[in-house]
Amino acid sequence: MVVLAAIGGFLLYRGFEIFKDFGFSFITGSKWDIGNAEDTSTAILGIGAMLFGSVITAIIAVVISVPFAVATALLIEFYVPKWFKTILISVLDLVAALPSVVFGIWGYAVLLPLVENWSKTIEHYLGWIPIFNVPSGIFGRSPFLAGLLLGLMIVPIITSVAREVYSQAPRDLIDAASALGGTRWGALRAVVLPFGRSGLVGGTMLGLGRALGETVAVYLTLNLVFQVNFKILASAGGNVASLIATKFGEATEYELKALMAAGLVLFLVTLLVNFGATIIVNKSRKIV
Amino acid sequence: MSISLQGTIGRGEFERSLDFSVVDGEVLAITGPNGSGKSTIIHTIAGLIPLRSGQLQSENIIWDNPSVKTWIAPEHRTCAVVFQDLRLFPHMSVVANVAYGLRAHGVHKDEALSRSSAVLMQVGLSSFEKRRPENLSGGERQRVALARALVVEPRVLLLDEPLSAVDVASRAALRELLPEILSSFAGATILVTHDLGDVEAVATRSLGLI
Repeated sequence: MVVLAAIGGFLLYRGFEIFKDFGFSFITGSKWDIGNAEDTSTAILGIGAMLFGSVITAIIAVVISVPFAVATALLIEFYVPKWFKTILISVLDLVAALPSVVFGIWGYAVLLPLVENWSKTIEHYLGWIPIFNVPSGIFGRSPFLAGLLLGLMIVPIITSVAREVYSQAPRDLIDAASALGGTRWGALRAVVLPFGRSGLVGGTMLGLGRALGETVAVYLTLNLVFQVNFKILASAGGNVASLIATKFGEATEYELKALMAAGLVLFLVTLLVNFGATIIVNKSRKIV
Repeated sequence: MSISLQGTIGRGEFERSLDFSVVDGEVLAITGPNGSGKSTIIHTIAGLIPLRSGQLQSENIIWDNPSVKTWIAPEHRTCAVVFQDLRLFPHMSVVANVAYGLRAHGVHKDEALSRSSAVLMQVGLSSFEKRRPENLSGGERQRVALARALVVEPRVLLLDEPLSAVDVASRAALRELLPEILSSFAGATILVTHDLGDVEAVATRSLGLI
């Protein structure tokens, strides 16, 4: 708590001037122009596009990761033998511990060419849906790629929470479902999935928190462009964390304050999401 | 013959040898004190606990025989259970609880719901369809559990202490209802209980465990 308060206090102290100068438009604005370095009144700074990018990549990540995480959790908890369960849990822990820069490099080197092709195919068939339409014809380092990579990164987090909640599902109800004619999958669907719903929501929010705050993996796989980009296959976007990482090294004193303010916004958003997740996970533990 | 068990059942350290069979239309009451293995019999027949040795068979189909490595999964056994602790699904309405078995057997939703409603009417709960189990009394829950087992039209109905979880007034009502329902049930019924009143009320034959 002390560390959290210290970080929040520091960011507020350093970024306060920015909130005073730009007010709410710092959060809604989509332009990042430092203007004349000598005259701070010429600067136009807003993290709206980056905040949108954070949200859209995190949403893509969650949409992709949740089905995988649920399937993996059910597989580990109810289908595989004990010895294999131990191996799978170790592998998941290992994946969760991988540094995000490793994910980022892998995403850039391996996933990027694949996603580029997938994106072209999606655009070809589903381009009539606005979010899949890419008028520029430039694919590659898109929110879709970054979201997909983030999705893979948060699968272990969501799986771990889901597995814990599913493991506490009442076995006697699963048996009852089987004794009434339910197949194993039918019994899991009737008992375990509804039982673990709130735990899964909590785990998903924990993953969302991680995805919102991810820096290096997004920095390497998303083309930083200051515009609100709804077209998730197009090579343009960014998120707040990667903005900070990109600008930090060469920032002026005033821009540094803006980056601190951006950091504070990100800090509050992820804190809020994680706080909500913790409440939901704890609530689901009490129910079980 | 509808079902027969010749062999040894067991759970943990506990083991018991049994030899009985039940024919269609018959209600076999298995009585005995706590710990005599009554519930283990029900769970073994339902396929929730494997048979230790011997053979469990129904209509010439072997459900469980460890020596020839034959074991039929619970969902493929033509039986239904009313558990001692009922085990109603708390997140489902009464009618959804009853319809579960039919849906699990691939019956279309509309048909499953209408058949469930009919069975709920039979057990006197037609106006309780939308309620959740938590909003029912012990006796009402017991009737839902009974309806849930009957609706799948099993060949073998397994009743595990069906009247133990209800108050005295509900027990009297259920003792009247149960024989009425079982008289129209075509398959074999196995009732395990420690209450001789239940045996007198519904059983056609009894088997005592010591």
